[in-house]
Amino acid sequence: MKMHSALAACVLATVSGWGQAQPVDPLQVRSMAASCATCHGTNGVAQTGNESLAGVNKDELLKKMLDFKTGKKPATIMHQLSKGYSDEQLAALASYFSALKQ
Amino acid sequence: MMKRRQFVQNLGAAGSLSALGLVTGCATTGNGNGLKVVVVGGGYGGATAAKYVRMWSDYGIDVTLVEPSSVFISCPISNLVLGGSKAMADITTPYDNLVKRHGVKIVLDMVTRIDPDKRVVMLAKGGELAYDRLIVSPGVDFIWENLPGMAKEGAKDKVLHSWKAGAQTVALRKQLEAMPDGGVYALSIPLAPYRCPPGPYERACQVASYFSKAKPRSKVLILDANDDVTSKAALFKKAWKDRYEGIVEYRPKHKLADVDAATNTLKFEFNDDVRAAVLNVIPDMRAGDIAVQTGMATANKRWCDVDFLTFESKAVPNVHVLGDSIQIAPAMPKSGHMANQHGKTCAAAVVALLTGKQPNSAPIYTNTCYSFVSDEDVVHVASVHRYDAEKKTMLAVPGAGGVSSAANELEGRYAMAWARNIWADTLA
Repeated sequence: MKMHSALAACVLATVSGWGQAQPVDPLQVRSMAASCATCHGTNGVAQTGNESLAGVNKDELLKKMLDFKTGKKPATIMHQLSKGYSDEQLAALASYFSALKQ
Repeated sequence: MMKRRQFVQNLGAAGSLSALGLVTGCATTGNGNGLKVVVVGGGYGGATAAKYVRMWSDYGIDVTLVEPSSVFISCPISNLVLGGSKAMADITTPYDNLVKRHGVKIVLDMVTRIDPDKRVVMLAKGGELAYDRLIVSPGVDFIWENLPGMAKEGAKDKVLHSWKAGAQTVALRKQLEAMPDGGVYALSIPLAPYRCPPGPYERACQVASYFSKAKPRSKVLILDANDDVTSKAALFKKAWKDRYEGIVEYRPKHKLADVDAATNTLKFEFNDDVRAAVLNVIPDMRAGDIAVQTGMATANKRWCDVDFLTFESKAVPNVHVLGDSIQIAPAMPKSGHMANQHGKTCAAAVVALLTGKQPNSAPIYTNTCYSFVSDEDVVHVASVHRYDAEKKTMLAVPGAGGVSSAANELEGRYAMAWARNIWADTLA
């Protein structure tokens, strides 16, 4: 887990805009990502019926969340939840989940 | 102080953990080794906090969960037991995985007193537990004083609330099964805020669904103290009209004043008495007894004011309060989903505070409540809440969240997936 957090932080630092907007705080991103666990499982590993987020491709996950946010991709609920996060936060989440073990 | 049985249990847990290779090297890599966190209450808030304090301290901080029930019984999905499409086994989860996978120590007991000066909690069966930080997640207790008739002998066994899933869920289902066709089931809803805003309206749907199949001449009479349906109003009203016409009747502005259990009569502040075959009274509620006794219910003597960055009580230092017991932030529901989010926010803060770090200054988390309007069709309400540094509270993010456009079966499947995931996130 420790290693994964460090890796997520590493990836995070490269997300454009995030570094300038606010300090990179891997623990803050870990807490933000933990909120998703109610539907997508602890550390992004889901139980049956929902998608796991751990270890998925970062760019694909970010595109999906941005498409939910703009309404390009239809959803039952993610189009409403994704609007609660800035694009930078969605990018941080994508980086974090992609660095987790599947 | 530690009972022999518990000590042996802990040894067993440590053994199985290393055998599974799940916490390899925890003795050398943990944060906050030797520090003690005690959690009071193993519901959505407390169990989640217990697990995440262990995880996020890299299994360094010692966590003891005090909970009187040997299993977790979920309030979400429990209305489906009343409707008949689920059984108690479907909403029951053991606490084993918190012990086996996360090394949480579980004490099957109740906390009778908290001594914040000595930092110890006293247990009902005797003994005490010391803590560096205490997390209190006792759910709600009922304000029975508002319904004097409920103090009469046998009244609470006959007129059920079934608002804490368990024996009363089973007992209310039996009352509904025993009720002759043509009878009236009357559901009294208290003024908000109460645990699970959409819960009573979902319950009305579930009982109506059962009646429509098993005893179609029966009625569901909703007597709501509020001015209108408090959650997903249009979607619930549509369900009652389209699916349960002639079965469900909704009457707002019915504030309950008393109950006569002997004659099955509800008495209201401003409306005529109502007699029914089965009464289901959800009383006014407040923070759990232990939180009130400890002087933490500072908001209207009902709910506990907390710092939303840490969930530390504003009245008692080193004690954190979670879930339905807190004075909610604007637009924040008292829900199991929200309690789980409180649990993680609090766990991160407790680990930070105990290891000399700053707690997260910008928490952000979601809420999702699914309601079953039939066995299969579901409606949701969702929101995103983020910390406002100026107002020092959580606020709903404008433009985010919303409700289903219509009840649908796909969300019925997602609702059960939500249940499986939140149960695992809380307990496994």
